[in-house]
Amino acid sequence: MHIAEGYLPPLHAAAWAVASAPFVVHGARAVVHQVRTDPDSKLLLGAAGAFSFVLSALKIPSVTGSCSHPTGTGLGAVLFRPPVMALLGTIVLFFQAVLLAHGGLTTLGANVFSMAVVGPWVAYGVYRLTRRAGGGLGLGVFLAAALGDLATYCVTSVQLALAFPDAVSGVGGAIVKFGSIFAITQIPLAVSEGLLTLLVVRLLVRVSPDELRRLGVLPRPVAPSTGESTAKEVGA
Amino acid sequence: MRRSTLVNWLLVLAVVALAALPLLVVQGEWGGADGVAQDAISESHPDYEPWFTSIYEPPSGEVASGLFALQAAIGAGIVGYYFGVARTKRRLGRGTTPQHPGDTT
Repeated sequence: MHIAEGYLPPLHAAAWAVASAPFVVHGARAVVHQVRTDPDSKLLLGAAGAFSFVLSALKIPSVTGSCSHPTGTGLGAVLFRPPVMALLGTIVLFFQAVLLAHGGLTTLGANVFSMAVVGPWVAYGVYRLTRRAGGGLGLGVFLAAALGDLATYCVTSVQLALAFPDAVSGVGGAIVKFGSIFAITQIPLAVSEGLLTLLVVRLLVRVSPDELRRLGVLPRPVAPSTGESTAKEVGA
Repeated sequence: MRRSTLVNWLLVLAVVALAALPLLVVQGEWGGADGVAQDAISESHPDYEPWFTSIYEPPSGEVASGLFALQAAIGAGIVGYYFGVARTKRRLGRGTTPQHPGDTT
């Protein structure tokens, strides 16, 4: 989903930067607020950002014969709500743009919009809808991470299609073209990201259920509960 | 092995299988999808010139893969540190009443 340096016309690059900026500023405030009001969650917040750091470094082979990577933003979006991931995702993308020539500074706005804004919000929306529809924590987390990942790559396809419409079939044709490059490659990776995020949440339920309760991911019990009842939540 | 531990290992196995199976089944170039998209742009818009180049580019594929490994290592280190701290805190906090009978040894 990394649009390479210089591969968006200046007007598009500027427009996506303007679109992303408020989310990142709001995200920075959300991170400060989170750390101030709940200092004990600092370490988990760091771990959620680090999870995205790991997953976005892993280029994984896919069914189309090319490689791509997960985004890892679904975990933080479910645990801390999406604004926090706008900042953490931007840090990841900035690191890759500056040190790895992966993505770019001119395309940072567009890449932030797909990976750090739309991905986390789709993940969070899917999570809330799944839980409201009666789905368990495990199912909600899996669907959130997988669909958030996929949404990121769909946004990238649209961004490229808007900048480089097809000569014959226009923007619509270009969306199909870029979608077939990104989205199809991404489907198995999205499943992988869903499974890995589910794994991390299952481990979190086991080692830090109190933390999850404070974040509202696990229900706050009336009586102090043991890990047993919460373990059932994810079928652990 | 506890059932939940088994499920966790099966999750890991599924992820490994999802990454390994395409390598065995599909004949591909295994380039990045980002690069494929760039080629598609060059093909449909041959006139387009990237108007900005990276301020720093890793001098070779080896250096780049090293930096990617560093990125993954930093991230994995922090995630691992969290789980180490959380697990220890939970064990110490619980004192003599372990959660699972298997943990008492």
